[in-house]
Amino acid sequence: MSDRGDHQVSEQIAAVKLTAITKRFGSVVAVDNVDLEIADGEFFALLGPSGCGKTTTLRMVAGLEFPTEGSLKIFGDEAGTLPPNRRPVNTVFQDYALFPHMTVEANVAFGLKMQRVAKHEITGRVQEAISLVRLEGLEQRRSRQLSGGQRQRVALARALVNRPKVLLLDEPLGALDLKLRQEMQGELKALQREVGITFVFVTHDQEEALTMADRIGVMNEGELLQVGTPAEIYEHPVNRFVANFIGQTNLLDASVVSNDTVCLANGVHIPGKSDLPVGTRVAVCLRPERAGMHPPEGVPADQQSVVGRLESVTYLGNALVYTVVLDWVRLEVRRENQPGGYRPHVGEEVAVSWTLDAISVVRA
Amino acid sequence: MTMVADRPEGLEEASVATPEFEKAAERAASRRGFLLSLPAYAYLVLFFAVPLGIVMMYSFATRNRFGGTDLSGWNLNAYRKLGEPIVRDILFRSLWLAILTTLICLVVAYPFAYFIATRTPLIRNLMLVFVMIPFWTNFLVRNYAWRVLLGNDGLFTNISEALGLGERELLFTTSAVVIGLVYGFLPFMVLPLYASIERIDLSLVEASRDLYASGFQTFRRVLLPLSMPGVIAGSILVFVPSLGAYVTPEILGGAKTTLLGSYIVTQFLTARNWPVGASLSFVLMAVMLVATLVYFRTGGRNL
Repeated sequence: MSDRGDHQVSEQIAAVKLTAITKRFGSVVAVDNVDLEIADGEFFALLGPSGCGKTTTLRMVAGLEFPTEGSLKIFGDEAGTLPPNRRPVNTVFQDYALFPHMTVEANVAFGLKMQRVAKHEITGRVQEAISLVRLEGLEQRRSRQLSGGQRQRVALARALVNRPKVLLLDEPLGALDLKLRQEMQGELKALQREVGITFVFVTHDQEEALTMADRIGVMNEGELLQVGTPAEIYEHPVNRFVANFIGQTNLLDASVVSNDTVCLANGVHIPGKSDLPVGTRVAVCLRPERAGMHPPEGVPADQQSVVGRLESVTYLGNALVYTVVLDWVRLEVRRENQPGGYRPHVGEEVAVSWTLDAISVVRA
Repeated sequence: MTMVADRPEGLEEASVATPEFEKAAERAASRRGFLLSLPAYAYLVLFFAVPLGIVMMYSFATRNRFGGTDLSGWNLNAYRKLGEPIVRDILFRSLWLAILTTLICLVVAYPFAYFIATRTPLIRNLMLVFVMIPFWTNFLVRNYAWRVLLGNDGLFTNISEALGLGERELLFTTSAVVIGLVYGFLPFMVLPLYASIERIDLSLVEASRDLYASGFQTFRRVLLPLSMPGVIAGSILVFVPSLGAYVTPEILGGAKTTLLGSYIVTQFLTARNWPVGASLSFVLMAVMLVATLVYFRTGGRNL
């Protein structure tokens, strides 16, 4: 388990390195003392609720905001005070920001023109970028004649054609409908593998972050709470906020008794590993799909359990979600919809159970 | 026609919709729309179209020896007179000053309009009010104020003396006229520019900067093309009244800087040559008409 992910980026120079970056707007602290390293070639997601500072962080890397304090390095070069046109990064804007008075082709060629790339080279690279995002045949269209997904691709081509060292994406899929969004998730991921450029994207959608990113940084109220792979973040959230924000979870209030025991709010001691000091208020995080359900007297010996009353069953087709009420907590248990097995009725007493490796102890 | 169709008379009994009923209803609505706009039509015809026709008639007439006008025997003599060097010079000088005024207004107003358009709504509205405050004072009074500022012991000569540039007399020069015109018509440039810049999504500016454009390149490649409707509208709103300006050149300009407006007035009142005054008025209108057509053509093509 790691709080701040400074692993796996040790030897080579980080694509983006933020050291003690703070951004204040007047008295509002938008980004608070953030340290972050993003490795070359990584697909990195900045995840958090709106207003958490993730977009501001991205804009600082782009050069659209200047940090109030701290160091921002792009491939080893201090870049925090450079204007956007002098940084080797490009951005895919949230609403794409395509130039409405230009054709698709002119939009894509814009960055190269501004860099005074030779004309014949521009033509070739623009064609290449347009075919990379599969927009052949639409070169002469204006952005208003394109669908949302096509606009998204133009924005991608317009940024990628410059061969940036880092590509920044601000809620790149936010404006698309669900079906298209899922399609584009896969496409973006494949595209990133193909071009090998470091992608940093901002999203409030935890599912999107889990699906696409190699690593995720979770932010809240300007702070970077945790950095890690999707599995690390999902399975070992550092605190209650992260546990709650990533996926569905049950949180049982508890306090640390020893390094392998916690005391639940109902007074029961259960095994639970943590390296937090004795007496720390914690929460036991139990994912609904990792919880088991048994009759109160039928809990396997190797499992811990709490007993409550089954309040409701939600039928999801491929799964069933059971809501179990205890006098101090309400728990959700998700079971695959398999034939046979234990099917309690609403109102019955049931035991919600777990094995030691199914839970994690997080800071409350 | 956006007017809601009424049930046409005589078809009240119809309870099922038919094509005939629909047509009759549309006709009734359109008839009512015409009736309601009749006062405006009548006003325009009576006080604009008819006088215009009279002016046109006079432009083809002949001035008689007594300063009157003979309406018999129409000819193009008045228009031919416009080719004479004196009139031609006045025409070109007026055109040049109007263009100069428009260009100065454009250069001065654009950064200002951009600044307003990128403020918070509160400051934006406050600044727009400031732009319009001069209109609360009579145009004539403001021009006389400039006479004081530009005059012998005015602010400008004092500043120029203090800077060691010597005593510079501005009043009654072409510069004074341009200063006065720019001052008078600047709001007409600021407002349409503001309106069109305000509509531009500022993330386009960020995108341009992100795509390696400098500040100036962003202006030239993104802001200017997208604000072209405002540039053209503002230019016409400044150019047209500048071309026909009468009050400002009269008050701030000297005898050597006679412009079209003054010349036309002279033709009617002093020289009593109504045909020439009328024909010049028509040439002026033609120039303005062309300018307006240019606006609609380019305005229609843009976005």
